[in-house]
Parts: sequence; C-alpha cells; structure tokens
Amino acid sequence: MKKFINDVENVENEMLEGIVLAHPEYVNRIPGFDVLVRAEKKVGKVALVSGGGSGHEPAHGGFVGKGMLDGAVAGAIFTSPTPDQVFEAIKAVDAGKGVLLVVKNYTGDIMNFEMAAELAEAEGIKVANVVTNDDVAVEDSLYTTGRRGVAGTIFVHKIAGAKAETGASLEEVHATAEKVIANVRTMGVALKPCTVPAAGKPGFELSDEEMELGIGIHGEPGTERKPMQKADEIVDYLMSRILKDMNPKSGDEVAVMINGAGATPPMELYILNRRVSQILADKGVKVFKTFVGDFMTSIDMAGASITLLKLDNELKTLLLAEAETIALKM
Amino acid sequence: MATKAEVLDFVRIYGDKMAEHRQELTDLDQAIGDGDHGINMNRGFKAVDEKLPTFADKTIEEILKAVGMTLVSKVGGASGPLYGTAFLRAGASAKGKEALSDQDVILAFDEGVGGIQYRGKAVKGEKTILDSMIPAIDAMKRSISEGKSMTVALEEAEKAAWAGVEYTKTIIATKGRASYLGERSIGHQDPGATSMAYLFQAAREVAQKSGK
Repeated sequence: MKKFINDVENVENEMLEGIVLAHPEYVNRIPGFDVLVRAEKKVGKVALVSGGGSGHEPAHGGFVGKGMLDGAVAGAIFTSPTPDQVFEAIKAVDAGKGVLLVVKNYTGDIMNFEMAAELAEAEGIKVANVVTNDDVAVEDSLYTTGRRGVAGTIFVHKIAGAKAETGASLEEVHATAEKVIANVRTMGVALKPCTVPAAGKPGFELSDEEMELGIGIHGEPGTERKPMQKADEIVDYLMSRILKDMNPKSGDEVAVMINGAGATPPMELYILNRRVSQILADKGVKVFKTFVGDFMTSIDMAGASITLLKLDNELKTLLLAEAETIALKM
Repeated sequence: MATKAEVLDFVRIYGDKMAEHRQELTDLDQAIGDGDHGINMNRGFKAVDEKLPTFADKTIEEILKAVGMTLVSKVGGASGPLYGTAFLRAGASAKGKEALSDQDVILAFDEGVGGIQYRGKAVKGEKTILDSMIPAIDAMKRSISEGKSMTVALEEAEKAAWAGVEYTKTIIATKGRASYLGERSIGHQDPGATSMAYLFQAAREVAQKSGK
C-alpha cells in the first residue's frame, strides 16, 4: 500500500487540519472535534448538518458554506461519526431556527445521528432529519436495510441548503429536502477497489477483466460482478436501472451528476457523460444542468456513479442558487 | 455471581480479545461490509483500556455505563451505538448492586440484548450480532434454571454463541451493510456475531478463573 499518509491512526485528523489550513475563508474546525463549520458568522436561518465517514472527500466538508451545509461531521474512514460529534455540530450551527440533519441511509449513520438528535432535543434545539436513499442498485424491501444514500445526497445539500438561505422554516426546508430525495436516483460501478489505510489492503479483489456493479461508496462489494464492458455498454446498463426506477417522461427535465469514485480520471467521466446525454436525448428528456467530477468518492476506488434528479421549477431555481463552498461554487 | 473485580477483569479481557482479533474481524467485515469492524472495536476498547485505572473506585453500574459511553463515542459505525447501548443498559440494571448474583448477571445480559434490539431494530435470523447473542443468553438461562453453576452456564453460552456464528454463514443478511449483498452474503460469517461470541468467551474465561 502506497499512500501519502503518516501514522495510519492520524489520517482523518491530519486531513482535517490540512483542509482548514488550505481553505480558512470557507471553513473552521470546532476545536477538539472532527467537525467543520462555516467560517463566516452564523446567520439566523435553518442550519444544515450532514456527515458520515471520512474517505468520501470532498463530501461532506467540501460542501460547507453559503448555499449548502452549515456543518459537516467526519467520522473515521467509512465509519459513521459518533453522536457526541454530531451533537457538537448541531450546537455550533444552531441559530435558533432549527437544524436539519441530512443522513445517508446506512445503519450506523442512522443510529448515531438519531442519538445526537435525542441529545440536541433534550437541550431544546429543534431538529428534523431526512434520510437519503438514492441508490437503485439495492432493492428497497422488507428484506434489506433499504436503499443506500450515495452521490445524490449532494443534490439534497445544494437544494435544501439554498432553500434555507431564503429564510424558509424548518418544515419548509425539510419538505424541500424530501422532494429532492423522492426524485433523485443513482447507480454506480467500480473498476478497482479502494484501500482503507488502516486495513492495509483493498476491500475486495477485482481482476483486470471484471467490474463490480451496484458498488457502494464505502468499498463494500456491489450487487453483481460482471466481465468488463465498453463505457457505452456500462452506461446503457446503469441508465436502464435508473430510468426503470425513475421513469421520466419525454419533456421532463433533469440534472445529471457523473461522480468519480476518486481514482477515475476526468477523461473517463466525460466519456460516460456523453453516453448519458445521448440516452436522455433519445428519450426526449432535457438535461437542465450537468455536474462532472469527484463529489462523493471512495478514497482511491476507480469507479463512477450516475445520478439523475428530476426537476420542477422550484428545484431548478434552487439548484442554480448561489453556493460558495470548497467543492461547489455557483 | 460476579464481583466488581470480575466485571473489570471481563472488560479488560474482552478488550484484549478485540485487539487480538482485530484483523480477523476486519477480514470478515471486508467480505460482506466495509472492512472496519475490527478496526472500530479495537479503537473503542483501547480507549476503554486507558480508562480502566480510573474505574477502581466506581460501582459496577458506573463501570458498565462508562464502558458504554466510551464505546458510543469512540467506536462509531453501527457497532458503537449497539455495543454502547448494550453496556449502558446493562450498567443501568446493576444500579445499587455491589456484586452481581447469577440472576443479576442474566438481567444485565437481558438488558444488553434489549438495548441492541431497540437501537438496531433487528430480530434473530437477520445475520447480525443477535444471532450469537440471543442463543448464548438462552443457553445461559437454561443452564442456570437447571441448577448449574455460572461457569458452566457461560461455557454453554459461549458454545451457543459460536454455533450462532456458524449459523450466520448459512443465512442471508437482511440488516446492516451485508444486506446490500443479498444472496451473495450467504456463505459468509457475520463479523458482529463473531465479536459478540468473543464477548461470551471473555465472560466464560473470567468465570473459569474464579472457579465458580
């Protein structure tokens, strides 16, 4: 394993230190905690807190700033942060108008954020939460823990964040977040697994001739292993799964996100986007805006995910609203 | 029955096992999860270990609750809230007790498993920590009701726990990260059930040492 790290135990902490040193105009760190908050003074609006395990950078600290999150909590790599950390974030960002927690659907995240919300409510802070579950790879059934929250979560950060900036109430911001969640779908694929520093080896083995479909963002094995295909064939399959679930009609408008898993070059993400655009054009679905880049990574996984968000006029306006964060500026 | 010294011994021995089996638990978790179970449990119990000297003058209730709080704040993931809540609930059940009778020990385990079920919302047969914990507690209760000693009861409990771990290999995961794998989770041993079996192993070792 070759990585730019020092002691494996200090990876997360040193990363946070490096982020704050690089971008002090965007974020501050709460002393003694693994939480990034906005550098600018608190404004009297609904505050948004999100987070999860480290290893997905720029998510979530990279999305702290005007128009998006107020606080982001970083757990150990691929590990949900603990309730005391989330509680500290909630206390730090609360401006009296309530706090919305944006939680990705994983057992650990749900439990830890839930425990933090209990602590916050005991202190009189109004807390609401939404759970993102945009991944179509895993069926949402009685027999699973439900669909996972993946790259589409960032659309929730953007749109609910923009809604909060308008001075909307906690209930309104909550409803807007739920609207995004109801309309966003994602599916991913991995070409090479990632290596968690503390584990010292890749999370699974993939030969040169194989790809892992339905990959999650924590390096967990996906839903299906198949022989490698050309980019267009891979996109055709991922899009068929997303569109089957979403069922957009001709004339609908969508936002597209082609998200890199960390070790996939922009060159390849753009090749994927080309096919996504062709498929949507064939269906008469209009692409309103496209985002291509590394938004929610898995350390050094070679892979990508495709996200579609069905838009209405309100979502379009909020999607284009101003944002000033490390990883997204509009 | 269990004295305070034995409770402390149990916590220390379980922590040692989490260090000893860190790689094994990580490997199991890589197969059907994200590979952090061993890393997380070890980190949590290292923090507990550092606090052990300060537990000397605490009550059994305070010790178990402090272990629980430490796990909640250091382990993270799903295991932190689950193991943390289990220890917190077990601690609460020991309120006012200077030592734990056999019934008190059973109550502590019952409260612990209740905490895990409340927090995690799983039941037996979903390929989780409960699949070793519930059979182990059932075996322990059976032994005690048959008039056997706590040492024998914990030997039976540990055996049942490992049988539960074997059983998890045969079933599909319907909770937690392994559930994303669907049928591919079959054939794999559950890491949470494994770390829980080591907990019963630690308890059994403490009981055997005291010759009860």
